[in-house]
Amino acid sequence: MLAQQGDFASHLEHLASVGAVGSEVREPADLNDLDGLILPGGESTTISKGLERDDLSDRVIEFGREGRPILGTCAGMILLARDHLGLLDISVKRNAFGRQRASFEEELEIPGIAPGDPFPCIFIRAPWVEESGPEVEVVGELDGHPIAVRQGSTLALSFHPELSDDDRVHGAFAAKCREARDSGDR
Amino acid sequence: MAERGTFRVKTGLAEMLKGGVIMDVVDAEQARIAEESGACAVMALERVPADIRRDGGVARMSNPAMIRGIQEAVSIPVMAKARIGHIAEAQVLESLDVDFIDESEVLTPADEANHIDKFEFEIPFVCGATDLGEALRRIGEGAAMIRSKGEAGTGNIVEAVRHMREITGGIRRLGTLSATELPSAAKELGAPLEIVREVATSGWLPVPLFCAGGIATPADAALMMQLGAEGNFVGSGIFKSEDPERRARAIVEATTHFADPERVAAASEALGDAMTGIEMSALGDDGRLAERGW
Repeated sequence: MLAQQGDFASHLEHLASVGAVGSEVREPADLNDLDGLILPGGESTTISKGLERDDLSDRVIEFGREGRPILGTCAGMILLARDHLGLLDISVKRNAFGRQRASFEEELEIPGIAPGDPFPCIFIRAPWVEESGPEVEVVGELDGHPIAVRQGSTLALSFHPELSDDDRVHGAFAAKCREARDSGDR
Repeated sequence: MAERGTFRVKTGLAEMLKGGVIMDVVDAEQARIAEESGACAVMALERVPADIRRDGGVARMSNPAMIRGIQEAVSIPVMAKARIGHIAEAQVLESLDVDFIDESEVLTPADEANHIDKFEFEIPFVCGATDLGEALRRIGEGAAMIRSKGEAGTGNIVEAVRHMREITGGIRRLGTLSATELPSAAKELGAPLEIVREVATSGWLPVPLFCAGGIATPADAALMMQLGAEGNFVGSGIFKSEDPERRARAIVEATTHFADPERVAAASEALGDAMTGIEMSALGDDGRLAERGW
């Protein structure tokens, strides 16, 4: 759990409730022995400067290229895009829905990440994906704009599953981390 | 159906600001320096608290043109202050599309009895509190974030420390009470029983708790995070210091690495002079801003 800035505590609560052990990453050594990494919501400018300051950018890129699962929410999506870490072949429009007054919550059906009931999606000054490369799978859309995308073992969401009471996204992520660890596929 | 302005959407932005530093800025140039230094948001105001203190007179909402200039200069959230109880100033700020409104004792209060009904707005509000009762009253009125009410513009952390300890200590005390004892506790706190019950059960406020007032050094920022603040507001402490950009970076770094004294030490080196501080006893009764609001 990247802990430079943002709502990492909410992610940790969700991880705990699906039976996964989460820890805070503030410096490169904290990444050792992790089976997966979450880039939280927060201010992407602040987090990206923190990653540079703490020598974490290259290590996170390496972490992702080894095939270890990564989940990015909101600011996390922006950080995973081409302009920053480049772990996803996407370009992102920041604050795409507008300023805070335009922030909203909506139940959306996104079978690719939460099969069954609609998922309570909370969008806070959220980004959307503007354009993506051939290896990127669009998992969810809102009004024609991709809001959930996957490439390999990296998943990025425009919204905040960590602010909802729904654990399905975190449950699936924890399962993927266990799978990656057990297969020893690094 | 998309729903805007719900409690979850309002507190959602407060959640996004956690672990970060919100900096007071008076123009677009300062806003850019703040963003470049890693601020997670800026507070747009005409004069920083140290100058409001010096100049005296009535302190009001900032000029909309100045707020717009700052909104155009940065991509991080922009907050602005309305006077306590000044509904029309808050409406103006909402129409300007600011991201967060601070109903602030730093400005001259407009209503001596009533705070703004914050449920009437789609924009989230942050309000100051000196103790748990005050925090819960503000949450009862719809605040989406609480901050301490440390004496702004003094560069003295002592009041913010008192408020943070009052609030977190009050939360712990509620946790020791039985369900039968909570109504009486709510009466003593002067706070809504429903929220008192929620805090007693969860062990924390239903909204994020930040520190504001008196932070002047990286160590001040680290102290407040250790005392339970989930993020820091810094007012005069940055742009009233000798080297604002470097101090801003250092306070951001100390807020993230608050539990690592070596990092706080490294951040504290070569900063130039901090702002000149003011001892509380030098303020006199009229100079105490924390006593505004109830």
